[in-house]
Amino acid sequence: MATVTSPPTTAPPETLREGVTFPQWDKIKARIGDYLLMLHGLLMYGFLYLPIVILVVFSFNKSKFLSEFTGFSISWYGELLRDQQTIIAVWNSLFVALVSTIISTVIGTLAAIAMERYTFRGKLAMDALLYLPVIIPDIAMAIMLLVFFNLSGIGFTPWELRIAGLRLAVPYSVIIAHVSFNISFVAIIVRARLAGMDRTLEEAAQDLYANPWRTFYRVTLPMMMPGIIAGAFLAFTLSLDDFVITFFTSGAGFNTLTVRVFGLVKKGVTPKINAISTIMLFATLGLVALSRLFQKGGDRSPVELEI
Amino acid sequence: MKIRLLILSVFLGLLLAACGGGGPAVPEGVAEEVQFFNWTEYIDPEIYSQFKDETGIDVIESNFASNEEMLAKVQGGGAEYDLIVPSDYTVAIMIEEGLLAELDHDNIPNLANLRPDMQDVPYDPGNKYCVPYQWGTTGLAYNSAEMDEPESWAILFEPDPEAPYFGRTTMLDDPRESMAAALVYLGYDINSTDEAQLEEAKELLIQAKAAVYSYDSDQFDDLMASGESVMAHAWNGDILVAQEDNEDVAFTIPQEGGVIWIDNLCIPSTASPEGKLAAEMFINYLLDAEVGAQLSDFNWYASPNAASEELLDEEFLTDPAVYPPPEVRANLQYIEPLGEFESDYQRIWDEVKAAQ
Amino acid sequence: MITALRKRPELQGWLFAFPAAAFLLVFFLVPFFIVVGYSFAERGTYGGVVWSFNPGNYARVFDPLYFNTFLRSVYIAGATTVICFLLGYPLAYFIAMRSPERRNTLLLALMIPFWTNFLIRTYAWLTLLRTNTGLINVTLLNLGLISEPLPLFGNDFAIILGLVYGWLPDMVLPCFAAITRLDRSLLEAASDLYARGSQVFTRVVWPLTLPGVVAGSILVFIPSLGAFITPALLGGGRSLMIGNVINNQFLAAHDWPFGAALSTGMISIMLVITLIYFRTVREEAS
Repeated sequence: MATVTSPPTTAPPETLREGVTFPQWDKIKARIGDYLLMLHGLLMYGFLYLPIVILVVFSFNKSKFLSEFTGFSISWYGELLRDQQTIIAVWNSLFVALVSTIISTVIGTLAAIAMERYTFRGKLAMDALLYLPVIIPDIAMAIMLLVFFNLSGIGFTPWELRIAGLRLAVPYSVIIAHVSFNISFVAIIVRARLAGMDRTLEEAAQDLYANPWRTFYRVTLPMMMPGIIAGAFLAFTLSLDDFVITFFTSGAGFNTLTVRVFGLVKKGVTPKINAISTIMLFATLGLVALSRLFQKGGDRSPVELEI
Repeated sequence: MKIRLLILSVFLGLLLAACGGGGPAVPEGVAEEVQFFNWTEYIDPEIYSQFKDETGIDVIESNFASNEEMLAKVQGGGAEYDLIVPSDYTVAIMIEEGLLAELDHDNIPNLANLRPDMQDVPYDPGNKYCVPYQWGTTGLAYNSAEMDEPESWAILFEPDPEAPYFGRTTMLDDPRESMAAALVYLGYDINSTDEAQLEEAKELLIQAKAAVYSYDSDQFDDLMASGESVMAHAWNGDILVAQEDNEDVAFTIPQEGGVIWIDNLCIPSTASPEGKLAAEMFINYLLDAEVGAQLSDFNWYASPNAASEELLDEEFLTDPAVYPPPEVRANLQYIEPLGEFESDYQRIWDEVKAAQ
Repeated sequence: MITALRKRPELQGWLFAFPAAAFLLVFFLVPFFIVVGYSFAERGTYGGVVWSFNPGNYARVFDPLYFNTFLRSVYIAGATTVICFLLGYPLAYFIAMRSPERRNTLLLALMIPFWTNFLIRTYAWLTLLRTNTGLINVTLLNLGLISEPLPLFGNDFAIILGLVYGWLPDMVLPCFAAITRLDRSLLEAASDLYARGSQVFTRVVWPLTLPGVVAGSILVFIPSLGAFITPALLGGGRSLMIGNVINNQFLAAHDWPFGAALSTGMISIMLVITLIYFRTVREEAS
């Protein structure tokens, strides 16, 4: 771990070629580097959004096939709005993703702290245990959870909760399954953040605050935040996209969007599928825009802490 | 903050989803809902609300995308369904494994509506466990503007490198179906367990691979309609849909024969007695002449319901691609389960896929 | 109690690890032993198992067909990982070097495409990559830039493209997490000490961000290794990867024990490699 202990010294300007001194050349190179990096970033975002643009455009396709754009039509959106099954599936997916992300982010972050900050007996075993859910093939995990839930009596039928007269079905079997694999993904990312994180700030804080928990909450946790958020994003995405594990662990009557889309594909891929994604896309953008508005007035987000 | 909003919106959504309706009173001893495990979009959703209006029973649909996944889930003791829709050979497997409940024919008077040749199917004699739902055939789709009607499966297995279909053919990504095509071309039983015959079929499949654009069981209709592919090993119903977009797309069953398949309605042995009764009521409803016609109209697959045939479109009934004429029908075989030999077929398929 | 915790850091470690350990032990490890158990059993005729001791399944794992498929999958996953790194690391760097406000926006912008459905995105790629009707080829042909359609579909190129696309965030996010802990003053100091920018990179930036790269490569390599949908769709089903093989054993072939044996075989190899990789590179970095 590199810590700077001696005061920085300015190197004497060496002349590489006539008229161009070393620090100036370095600045130019740095500038070029910056622009190249930005260009790369732009290209990458272009690459990432290319299929998304196609997806959105084709959701307005007149033809029912996705190969040719034959004309503009919003009929698929109409069909989608009448497709109650799919709408329910979307909400199911979001609910499971949200709950499993929250749980696995908390548990995974704690695990990451344990692995990076402490040594204890059984650490190697814990390491292996944390990698297993990432390595195991989906179908194997799906079948083993299926059989386990069946044999252990844990079952699959969603819990029915009544909150303020409303019926809420909690698909705990699916949530448990998602948390199972997401813990590891979160842990891996948070560990990357924690590894060799500069502890001087924490040590300074510890001198100021007597309480180690206060240090953790006020200093360490905010410093870890980018990693935690990155981990949560990944967990959410993986949960939304999961098919095999979700399919085998879901109870009767419980469909998620991915399960439904896989099935729709069997029937025939129509622009209706694109319509689903387009709506989800714009809903997400809408939510993000909304939250930005709310954030302007609120507390400073811990992520903004300049470290 | 963001999280709070998300929770709120999810909650609202669930609120919307939780709103239900009324309906007539459900008879004693019958479940109020049928958990229906079906292929996606394989039924007109109108039928659910019609059924509810008539009987007060809710049909709740969950989906699966392949027989194998459905089978594995039921075998593993997964979620409990009242009604499932396996294909013929899966029915045979499930009967052997004791996974299906015997139907009480007294509760399904509309069974009489079935076509005679579907009342006693080889995989379930006497319809003890299942009732046919929709049926179809496997054959070759081709673009009539670019090529002539293929007479024989040879066109797949001895492809002409100069022909327009070379490199623009798709085959079903299904070991049993593709092997069936090869075996029937060779004149063998498509359920053969003879190693020598299987090896011969394998060689043909590897030969065919050179001309194959992709192995596709889902999008072959899209590929034909858009002109990306010129020939496809295909299920007939999907091709009919493609024909709507592209008139040049045609379907035929080569002279050596092909596969006939039937999707069925069955009740798992784990269903509760009340659930079983409700499911039987629903099966009966689906066998009604009008509802049967409604099904076929939605799916474009042939109906097993003789009474429905009077209500179906003349064009539909006389289309040989949907209802094969008797001489073609005689050449069609059912795929049957082969026990441990399934591994042999799978291994051959793996070898074909791995071949360069 | 608190003092006791403070005096025994080992206990603290266990406390932090406890929720994950408990959860995974019950809901992962125990079920996992079912898989291990299956791998030693005999197959039921149509799926499920007949309990017995039958190590024969493992012998079949080494069958050249499956072993070669495994090696081929390793090659594809490896190529995917390297490309993800080459593309993802600079991207992560770019994002990490923005202001915190911008950073969050960019991160969100990165993730939003992946909150559409994976299958739908793959189909969008098909619309682009198909040989005769694909948008890329059609556009290039119409513009006269090419005379024959490019083979963008049904080959390794398409598979790797699809995998890189799908798993890029898995590389970018951990790298980002690691890069953000670079202290700007550290970088300034380093550039004052070292004569050239490239040295700043190799001596300071690279070692410090290595944990992110390691995490990223694990998170890309392993899912790519087991991928089966992308190769089936974008590769036109014309090649075989180990993910397809295992999937088929459980489903189409109804041979759960063999599927289980292949899984445990693959898991064992990957676990050992992952642990070694993780620890070795980390040690080198510090």
